[in-house]
Amino acid sequence: MLFRRFSLIVYALLILIPLLVVMLTSVKTLQETFANPLGFPEGGIKFDNYIAIFQEQTMAGYFMNSTIVTLFSVTLTLLFASMIAFGITRLNSWMGNVLFVLFTLGMMVPAQVIMVPLYSLMIDFGLTNSLAGLILVNISSTLPIAVFILTGFMKTLPKELFEAATIDGAGNWQMYTKVAIPLSLPSLSATAIFLFVMHWNDLLYPLLFITDNAYKTLPLALLEFQGQYSTNYPMLFTGVIIASAPMVIAYVFLQRFFVAGMTAGAVKG
Amino acid sequence: MRTPKTIYLFFLPGLLLYSVFFLYPTVSALFYSFTNWDGFSDVFQFVGIDNYQRAFTADSIFRKTIGNNLKFMFVVVIFQTIVALAFALIMLKNTKTTIFLRALYFFPTILSSVSVAFIWAFIYDPSLGILNRGLSTIGLDFLAQNWLGNANIAIYSLAITQVWFHAGQMLIIFVAGLQAIPQEMYEVAKIEGANKWQTFRQVTWPLLAPSATIVVAYTTIQSFKAFDLVFAMTGGGPNYSTEIIATYIYGVAFEGYQFGYASAISVIFMIIIAFITFLQFKALRSDRVSY
Repeated sequence: MLFRRFSLIVYALLILIPLLVVMLTSVKTLQETFANPLGFPEGGIKFDNYIAIFQEQTMAGYFMNSTIVTLFSVTLTLLFASMIAFGITRLNSWMGNVLFVLFTLGMMVPAQVIMVPLYSLMIDFGLTNSLAGLILVNISSTLPIAVFILTGFMKTLPKELFEAATIDGAGNWQMYTKVAIPLSLPSLSATAIFLFVMHWNDLLYPLLFITDNAYKTLPLALLEFQGQYSTNYPMLFTGVIIASAPMVIAYVFLQRFFVAGMTAGAVKG
Repeated sequence: MRTPKTIYLFFLPGLLLYSVFFLYPTVSALFYSFTNWDGFSDVFQFVGIDNYQRAFTADSIFRKTIGNNLKFMFVVVIFQTIVALAFALIMLKNTKTTIFLRALYFFPTILSSVSVAFIWAFIYDPSLGILNRGLSTIGLDFLAQNWLGNANIAIYSLAITQVWFHAGQMLIIFVAGLQAIPQEMYEVAKIEGANKWQTFRQVTWPLLAPSATIVVAYTTIQSFKAFDLVFAMTGGGPNYSTEIIATYIYGVAFEGYQFGYASAISVIFMIIIAFITFLQFKALRSDRVSY
């Protein structure tokens, strides 16, 4: 019993100490960090790094880009994937199975595998240095997993509901908006959270397709701070906190949904 | 009842994007892998299987890369699975404390790889880092290391970071799997006089096997895809000691301008991942337990 409690505390500290150090370092000066990397700031808590990072970097712009890319990517992936899942469920034939396999095949191919041809495609289409380009690539990369999760859920919905809707004269679109979507909300919300985390944190696609500061997202901007600030950890950690803030705040309030969403993504991915 | 043909319209937007930005590049990766394209010129030649031959016989860095990937994978799979399972077993009951702790352990999962990379760069920092300072406080100075700068251990340092990053997520999968085991099975085991080990061996393990398979397979694939973390922490260095297949493809293509060769490595990478996924499906099918 004592050993159990001890292990639980050690693991908790392994998570808490680094996070605490990140927060403390962000309110210290570089000198204070070198003198005492783990302690409280001697000269008191200062928010100078936060002010400096907004002055030296176009932080608001990066933040805006991440927000736009994430919102559009999540919404459109959910829309297109739920339409496909609905289609597969309604077809319910060999054709449905073929389409299901075709779309979920993408889960087996990591983004890194197609980065070379995708890059030349994006150049040809003139979609580099564009938020729209990033959104289009994001949608197609998370579509397979979203189709997988949503189809799994929609197949469990009672068929009678759809049949009743047909008798009532509902067309496919009405059946999708009035029956399938409202009943799939639990699965849609779990998928949404999974997609939010994926798209907000993604580094690879911005790294490949964005070179212009005006279109950079937070993870890419953060990565480049490393080149600029080197081992100026107070500045780097200030960036980390700003970039993670929306996810952390959402996590505090929606913990249960995060855990459900992220594990659904893992189990099915 | 027949479904109107308009149902096919529901596939249209998704299929269009998926074909252009996923299916087409996947097929062209295969195509480019037989060429010597540099990524920019209009002309290139077909070189047959030269790229594949080079990968398997002439490229010692690629061989090293596969070795690194395997080292990283084994450490992550073993450590992460043991940690996640052990902690899942001791915090199975839903109490206020366990729910809070599970949420805390899960927390790193929601951070970006770049953030995690910075946090651990600071932990591993030879002079400022928590790790070396901690070791010297408890009198273990001799263990202090340049954790990311030493080519012999850097890949393991990265693996530990990966475990910190994702063990909480695997823990939750195990908890879900364990909680799905009917309580009656444990009561029967108790009545039959089974000891703790026998109960684990006879009741818990067979019913846990599906989640274990999922965790191991997912962790394996995750460790092949750890591009972001490696790229942000070491960039593959020092001296290719942390280069994994994914970062090597990036380097060959975008720093070496050998798109044809990078495509060939991508195809090999794809086959490895497909093989693991195939094993995962097979294992899940044979492990299926009903109760």
